[in-house]
Amino acid sequence: MDINLTLIGQTIAMVFFVWFCMKFIWPPILEAIETRQQQIEDGLAAADRGEERLIAAREEAEDIIKDARQQATSILDQANARANEIVADGKAAGVKERERQLVAATAEIEQETNRAREELRGQVSAVALAGAEKILNREIDAASHEDILGKLASEL
Amino acid sequence: MATEGAKTSGEYISHHLQNLQVCPDESGAWVWNQCAGNPMAINVDSMFWSVLLGLVFIWIFYGVARKTSAGKPSKVQAVVEIIIEFVDGAVNDTFHGNSKLIAPLALTIFVWVFFMNLMDLVPVDWIPELAAAGGIAYMKVVPTTDVNITFGMSIAVFLLIIYYTIKNKGIGGFIAELTLHPIAPPTKGIGLLAAPLIIAFNFILESVALLAKPVSLSLRLFGNMFAGELIFILIAMLGLWQLPLHFGWAVFHILIVTLQAFIFMMLTIVYLSLASETH
Repeated sequence: MDINLTLIGQTIAMVFFVWFCMKFIWPPILEAIETRQQQIEDGLAAADRGEERLIAAREEAEDIIKDARQQATSILDQANARANEIVADGKAAGVKERERQLVAATAEIEQETNRAREELRGQVSAVALAGAEKILNREIDAASHEDILGKLASEL
Repeated sequence: MATEGAKTSGEYISHHLQNLQVCPDESGAWVWNQCAGNPMAINVDSMFWSVLLGLVFIWIFYGVARKTSAGKPSKVQAVVEIIIEFVDGAVNDTFHGNSKLIAPLALTIFVWVFFMNLMDLVPVDWIPELAAAGGIAYMKVVPTTDVNITFGMSIAVFLLIIYYTIKNKGIGGFIAELTLHPIAPPTKGIGLLAAPLIIAFNFILESVALLAKPVSLSLRLFGNMFAGELIFILIAMLGLWQLPLHFGWAVFHILIVTLQAFIFMMLTIVYLSLASETH
C-alpha cells in the first residue's frame, strides 16, 4: 500500500506505451478503417448509380424494341402494299400482253386469210379461164382478157 | 488453499496482498522484501505484470497495425478495429478539439487497464504458487490492485490535464481558472477589498477540485480491483465451496473489469476535453 518508486516506473511505462500507440498503432489502423469506410461508401454509391443506369438502360431497350416493332410493322405493311402492287402490275402486264398477242394473232390470221384468199382467187380465175376455154372451145387470148378476169376474180 | 500448512487465514491473506519488493537499504545495497515504508522500493511484480501486459497490448495491436489493409480484414484485425472504433467513437462524442494524442491515449488506457484487471480472473493461487515453487516469495499478479500503478497512470493523466489547460488557455487562463471560479471577485468599488479573500477561497476550492481528479481516478480503479481481489482471496479459503462462489464472483467480475477500464478511459477523455474547452 505504500507509495514508492513503482509509481514513477508505471508513469514512464505508460508514457512509452501511449507514445508507441500514438506513433505506430493508431494511425495505420484508423486510416485503414477510414479508407474502408470510404470504399464502402463509394461502392454503395456505385451500386446505386449502376441500378439507375440499369433502369435507364431497360427503358431505353423498351423504347428501342417498341420502335423496332413499329418499324417492322410498317415494313410489313409496305411489303404487303408492294406485293399487291406487283401482283396488280403483273396482272395488268399480263392482260396487256394477252391483248397484244391477241392482236398479233388476229392480224396474222387475217394476213393468212388474205393470202389464202389471194391464192384462191388466182386459182379460181385459172379455173374460170379453163372453164371458159372449154365452154367456148376456142382459145381465148388470156392476155387480152386479163383485166376482165382480174375484175371477176376480185369480185369472188 | 485454506489448508496451506501452518498458515493461518490472516497470514494467507496478507501473503497474497504483499508485493514482491526490492529496495536499497541504508548501506545502499539492494535488498528484497524488507522495504516496508521505504519510498525507494520498487514493486517488482506489479511492474513486471504491468509492463508485460502493456507489451501484450502492443504485440496484438502493433501486429495488426503492421499488416493492416483497407480491404478484407483478418479476424484479429476485425476485433482490433471494433475496439478502435469504439474508443474513437467515445473520443469523438466527448472531445471536440483536434488532438493526435487523446484517442491513442484512451485506447492504450482502455486496453491496458482491461488486461491488468483481467489478471484478476486467474485463480488467485496459481501464479503465486508457481512463483513460490520457483523460489519467489511474493507474487501479486493484478497490477491494478497496487495503488502505485493506478496513481502512476492517473498522474500521467493529471500532467496532461495541466498541459492541455495551459496549451489551450495559456498560463493566465490556467491561473484564472484556479482563482476566478466559482465566485467571481468584484473588480470595482468597496468590494475590491474582499477580492483577495475571494481569490484565496476560490483557489482552495479549485485546487481541491483539480487534485481530486487524479486521486479519484486512481482510487476508484484501485478500490474496485483491490476489493475484488480480496473477495477472490476470501472465497479461495472456503474449501470446496469456493468452486461455485468463485465462478459466480468471476462472472460478476468480468463486468467490473470491463467497466472500470471503460470508466478510467472515459474520465480521462472527459477531463482532457474539459481542459481543452475554451469558454
